[in-house]
Amino acid sequence: MAGLASEQSESEHGAVETETPRAKGPLIYRQSIWTRTTHWVWVVCLFFLLLSGFQIFNAHPILYIGQESGFEYDNRVLSILPIQREDGSFAGRTTIFGHSFDTSGVLGFSGTQEQPQFRAFPNWITIPSYQDLATGRVVHLFFGWILVGTMFVWFVASLINGHLRRDIVPKGADFKALPGEISAHARFRFHKRAGYNPLQKLSYAFILLVIFPLVVLTGLSMSPGMNAAWPWLIEIFGGRQTARTIHFGAMVVLVLFFIVHVLMVVLAGPINELRSMITGWYRTDPTSEEEKP
Amino acid sequence: MSRFKLNRRKFLTVGAAGAAGAALTGCDVFDPMLRSGHPVRDFMIGANGLTEAVQRTLMGRDSMAKEFSESEIRQGMRPNGSTNPNTMEYMFLSQGNFSLYHLEVDGLVESPMRFNLEELRNMPSRTQITRHDCVEGWSCIAKWTGVPLGHILEQVQPQANANYAVFHCFDVMGVGLSGEIPYYESIDMIDAYHPQTILAYGMNDAVLPVENGAPLRLRVERQLGYKMAKYVYRIELVESFSHLHRGNGSYWADHGYEWYAGI
Repeated sequence: MAGLASEQSESEHGAVETETPRAKGPLIYRQSIWTRTTHWVWVVCLFFLLLSGFQIFNAHPILYIGQESGFEYDNRVLSILPIQREDGSFAGRTTIFGHSFDTSGVLGFSGTQEQPQFRAFPNWITIPSYQDLATGRVVHLFFGWILVGTMFVWFVASLINGHLRRDIVPKGADFKALPGEISAHARFRFHKRAGYNPLQKLSYAFILLVIFPLVVLTGLSMSPGMNAAWPWLIEIFGGRQTARTIHFGAMVVLVLFFIVHVLMVVLAGPINELRSMITGWYRTDPTSEEEKP
Repeated sequence: MSRFKLNRRKFLTVGAAGAAGAALTGCDVFDPMLRSGHPVRDFMIGANGLTEAVQRTLMGRDSMAKEFSESEIRQGMRPNGSTNPNTMEYMFLSQGNFSLYHLEVDGLVESPMRFNLEELRNMPSRTQITRHDCVEGWSCIAKWTGVPLGHILEQVQPQANANYAVFHCFDVMGVGLSGEIPYYESIDMIDAYHPQTILAYGMNDAVLPVENGAPLRLRVERQLGYKMAKYVYRIELVESFSHLHRGNGSYWADHGYEWYAGI
């Protein structure tokens, strides 16, 4: 609502500044109701999945490669653990592929020396805030179902209304235009056209068609019930602990995507971008007509 | 280290700009509605029923958990939860190498029976090398030897209205207002008759150690570790478990975990 109000005042300004060479392009209906609804449901889902996932990870903050966890041999790839220094003070240590980092205050150890909290992820980033694996699982598995259901709705709707073919799956022309698009992005020049630019297509296709299925399938690979039902699934990923590690890695990719995604929205014009994802209407550049496929 | 702090700060900055910003600064805003008994939590745990229904359909009655080869046993079995019950009865039995131990099987059965360890070991046995998946996230491969639960059920003959097998255990998890709170667990008859559901008395070619549940523990290979009750002394067949303890059919289900632990 706030976005719409400021957009209005912006257009009043635009009417006054008649001599500026930057004329406004047309408003186009860019995002269908299916795209918009599924987008915002995913925002809610991924928020709760991420923070309840941190809660679940805290119950055993070590990742391994293979079928099982090495307790008498070493197949660790990551651990976030509290340690006690020689002087008796506490610290947090994150170890990735044998390289250790002091992450005191955030990872492994948070709180104060007097009231230490020995948690991989600190209480301000987990749901619930206190240590409670059972509730973390309840939240995670609930939103897991919503995520999968929304993915299904999005896929069917996008297949039928052409969103998938038109905007998501990259084509030859997109790869040809890629170098130019990268240099434009590097100079913070964002062309506002009806369709997505090649970088958008590639990143959305990667997230929607690779990372989303990957995060769901690695999640299912950790389920002993699914292991009995679909024995081939866990073999694709090379064992339950590898699947757990990939699940964590997919989470990191999603967090990185979120950061870049929000950054791009801010840089490309947050009001126009947010309006298109709320109302569907998007203002394109004046030149965008000729670029239309 | 500095790289980590930078990422964290960036994450926070962007998060504050985004819709999630307000919630990120304190996730305790969700805590009250996630406490046990709150309708929001009760609604969300309902998804477990959907998970159970879908998984049961996908896996059918007799699909098997993966069994591993001898060479894949690379370490001892990690003990978890109770590792040494300290009730008088258990300590007495343990000192006598469980020679006075009896497994009782009763409830909704035609003929309630008692079996000592010798009798259980002389029954048809099954040995399986499986991966134990803990709800905490770790896994451990071990070899289990025991008597199929289905074989015992054939002898006691469950009545038609027996829907669940309840496992009563020696280990006491704490003390509540109504006395000691023992570990207990329950499975439905599909899992009870599953070929890999065994009452194990042996582990990794040796007698089951105390820390892993001696003298007898349950293996339910298509579910998580907390279903596999250790220190079992009685199996009770019931129509419903709502009258037992807090009514959720399992010590951990009484403490917020899902009764169906297939995921």
